[in-house]
Amino acid sequence: MLLAVCYLRTAKSLEPKAIKMLTKRIVPCLDIKNGRTVKGVNFVNLIDAGDPVVLAKQYAELGADELVFLDIAATLENRGTTLDMVLKVAEQVNIPFTVGGGISSVEHVDALLKCGADKVSINSSAVKRPELVSELADKFGSQCVVVAIDAKQIDGEWFVHLAGGTIPTDIKLFDWAKEVEERGAGEILFTSMNHDGTKAGFANEALAHLSELLNIPIIASGGAGTIQHFADTFIDGKSDAALAASVFHFGEIPILELKQALKEQNIPVRL
Amino acid sequence: MIHKNKIHNSEQPSSFGGVGGGLVIIDYGAGNIKSIQFAFKRLGVDAVLSNNIDEIKAADKVIFPGVGEASSAMKMLQESGLDKVIPTLAQPVLGICLGMQLMCNSSEEGNTKGLGIFDVDVKKFSNAVKVPQMGWNVIYNLESELFAGIKEKEFMYLVHSFYAEECAESIATTDYEIEYASALKKGNFYGVQFHPEKSSKSGEQILKNFLNI
Repeated sequence: MLLAVCYLRTAKSLEPKAIKMLTKRIVPCLDIKNGRTVKGVNFVNLIDAGDPVVLAKQYAELGADELVFLDIAATLENRGTTLDMVLKVAEQVNIPFTVGGGISSVEHVDALLKCGADKVSINSSAVKRPELVSELADKFGSQCVVVAIDAKQIDGEWFVHLAGGTIPTDIKLFDWAKEVEERGAGEILFTSMNHDGTKAGFANEALAHLSELLNIPIIASGGAGTIQHFADTFIDGKSDAALAASVFHFGEIPILELKQALKEQNIPVRL
Repeated sequence: MIHKNKIHNSEQPSSFGGVGGGLVIIDYGAGNIKSIQFAFKRLGVDAVLSNNIDEIKAADKVIFPGVGEASSAMKMLQESGLDKVIPTLAQPVLGICLGMQLMCNSSEEGNTKGLGIFDVDVKKFSNAVKVPQMGWNVIYNLESELFAGIKEKEFMYLVHSFYAEECAESIATTDYEIEYASALKKGNFYGVQFHPEKSSKSGEQILKNFLNI
């Protein structure tokens, strides 16, 4: 909206102005299983690439604006392991982080926040019981409630999917997004299943529509492949933050280089 | 001006200041205080979490945190009697985020009467911008020893829907549709809207500066 006037795509030759505004966020996402990072991570010489704390510190050093930890195999049994990991990350990492995966109760969120998580992300559990969004916002404040939405575009219409995208529903993306905002979500993490894993760019049309429809920040997820994809989602997709995993983990896009390139396109970033 | 570093850099965290109350983080049930405690631990300082009035009064320095909703946080302060104690503290006190907002005259959030330490009101951001403001923005017009070694337009991490208006007690400004006070100071009382404990190395520098006041 207001920010858009500052994105002078044609003014590349001009020196970027000194930033005096909220910046766009770059958010690496780490998949966690039993307290360890799973997807191969290969961007620097790490002693232990499976240690989420080591990785998180590295990302903080490299200029990530915040981090998301996604517990991809969350069960009641390994909840303690994840809490222990959250505590260790909070002890050692000096940027904000969100924890998601298998969160369905106020008590669980309470435990995660007490271990030092800044935000939690809920997904399927919110669809199953939308009151959860309101309960979390009332008890802990909207600022720590991220609602993650996985959706797939079918014949021009976006439908919400559950359980990591495996279960389709007849819930429409924009209706659901509006409802969670009204219930007190502080932020939306939107993953386009049509774009996820393609490395062909983010779902900018849907993202821009979300940004126009809602008045809370939107994190774009799914489709990052090149630096220009990030620029596009901030400009065309009006996204407030962009999340990616493999392009960062495998060093295909170094974060510093990405932010410098964005700055050259007059996109406000923290450098 | 660079202040003399008084912080211990030993491997083991130590309570700074020797004899007396050390650093106390007021624990009244509002917010992510663990992160603040950890941030000080990274600086080699053990902070005590407490809602005990005697312990808070005896501290060398006090952190007044807060995340969440203003009226319910204020209620928690009143229930423990801390609303009467905090304004009488004579040692350096640092309010963070909602803590800073509660130190003001009033907040539009839940129509809350504040502690009245800072002579300014807290208002809600307009709908012309996304609310909450979430992420990294810059602080400028820096005017305090709290910002020793911090450059103008340094990035800080902010998450908030309400803001303190620019005023005589402002020691830092941030721009989010309007320019507002992102830090305040009056005598021994300091308040910051941003989260120094989550603002990377620059945030840690501000916490260090507070310890050195």
